[in-house]
Amino acid sequence: MEPNEVDWTEANFSVLREWRVRQVAYVPDAGHSELIKRCDAADDMRLVPLTTEEEGIAVLAGAWLGDQRGVLLMQSSGVGNCINMLSLARICRFPLLMLVTMRGQWGEFNPWQVPMGQLTPKVLEASECLVFPVDDPARMGESVAAAARMTFEGSAQAAVLIGQSVIGAKSFGK
Amino acid sequence: MGQAMNGTLNRGRAANYPLHRREVVAELLADRGDMLVVAGLGAPVWDCTAAGDHPLNFPLWGAMGGAAAMGLGLAMAQPDRRVLVITGDGEMLMGLGAMTTIGSQRPDNLAVVVCDNERYGETGMQLTHTAGGADLPAMALAAGFESASGISSDNEFKAALPAIRNAKGPGFWSIKIKAEGNPIGTMPPKDGVTLKDRFRSALLGNF
Repeated sequence: MEPNEVDWTEANFSVLREWRVRQVAYVPDAGHSELIKRCDAADDMRLVPLTTEEEGIAVLAGAWLGDQRGVLLMQSSGVGNCINMLSLARICRFPLLMLVTMRGQWGEFNPWQVPMGQLTPKVLEASECLVFPVDDPARMGESVAAAARMTFEGSAQAAVLIGQSVIGAKSFGK
Repeated sequence: MGQAMNGTLNRGRAANYPLHRREVVAELLADRGDMLVVAGLGAPVWDCTAAGDHPLNFPLWGAMGGAAAMGLGLAMAQPDRRVLVITGDGEMLMGLGAMTTIGSQRPDNLAVVVCDNERYGETGMQLTHTAGGADLPAMALAAGFESASGISSDNEFKAALPAIRNAKGPGFWSIKIKAEGNPIGTMPPKDGVTLKDRFRSALLGNF
C-alpha cells in the first residue's frame, strides 16, 4: 500500500462515518480493498458482499425503506450490470451513493476493460445519476462528501468515479 | 414447434396445481400484524393489492430480479420486524445470485415466498425454468437459507403458514400455484416516491 492510498481511503471512510452509513454493499475491487477492511472493522457497518452489482441497488433501496443508509462499492465494469436496476432508485428517488473504481480509463493494461471503462461516465449520465470524477487523490474526500450530501439530503443517485490515476493503473506486475 | 425441442419442460402440470394464487396471497397477508412486505413485479403485486392495499407493502412495478435483495436490505435495517417477500418464479430466477447473498447474511427475520406457476404470467404465459428441472427450494437451501420447502397442496400451505410468519429465517417457500389468468383488479399507486414515502411514514412515523 502506498501512503497515498491510506490517505484517500481514510478520507472516504470518514465521510461514510459522518453520514452514518450502515450497509456497505460491494462487489470487490483492488482499489476498494482498504476501504472494505476499514468498514469491516467498524462496529456499526455491515458488509454486504454481492454476487452482482445491481443486487446492491435493491439492497440499499430496502435499507433506506428501513431507515438505514448505505453505500455501493464497485468497479467500473459493474456499472454496466446496474442499468435497469438504477431505474428503481431513480423512479422512487432512493438515495444511492456509489463509489466506482475505474478501469480501462488511464494506463489500462487490459484492453478488455476499456469498452466498459470508457462507457462508465456516459452510462451513468444517461441514467441520470450525478457523476463526480476524481483524478486527484487530494480531492477524493471532498468529492465523496459532496456526493454524499447530494445523495442523502437530496435523494439523488450519485457516483464518484475514482480514477486510475488515483488508484494507480493495475499491472499484475506485467 | 420451438420449445418442443426442450423435452424436459413440463407444459401441462401447472394447469392442474390445486392452489390459486389470489387465495394463497390473501391468506399470507391475513393477520399480517406489523409485517413488512415487498412484492415482486407482475402478478404478485396484483395479488398483494387484491388482498388489500397497505402502506407497509412495497409493490415493485419494475426492477425485475430485485425483490429478494430489497427484502434483504430491509430485513437487515429492521431486524425486529418480519419481512416477507412475495414474488414469482420468473422474478426469482432473474435474481438467483441474491439467494446466495441472503444465504451469506442470514437475517433471521426474512421470509421469501415464491408463487410458482412455472410461467412468465405477464408476457403470455411462457414457461420458466421451474417447468423444467429448476428446484428453487433446493437452490435456496444450498444457498444458505435456514429452511426451504416446496408446497403444492392446501394442507401443506396451511401447515407452513405459522413458519412463514414467525420461524427463524431466512426461510424460503415455493408455493406451486395453478397456471391461470387473473384479472389485475385494483392497482397499487404507481408513483415510486409515493410508495416509498408512505412506507417510511407508516414504519418510521415522522422521518
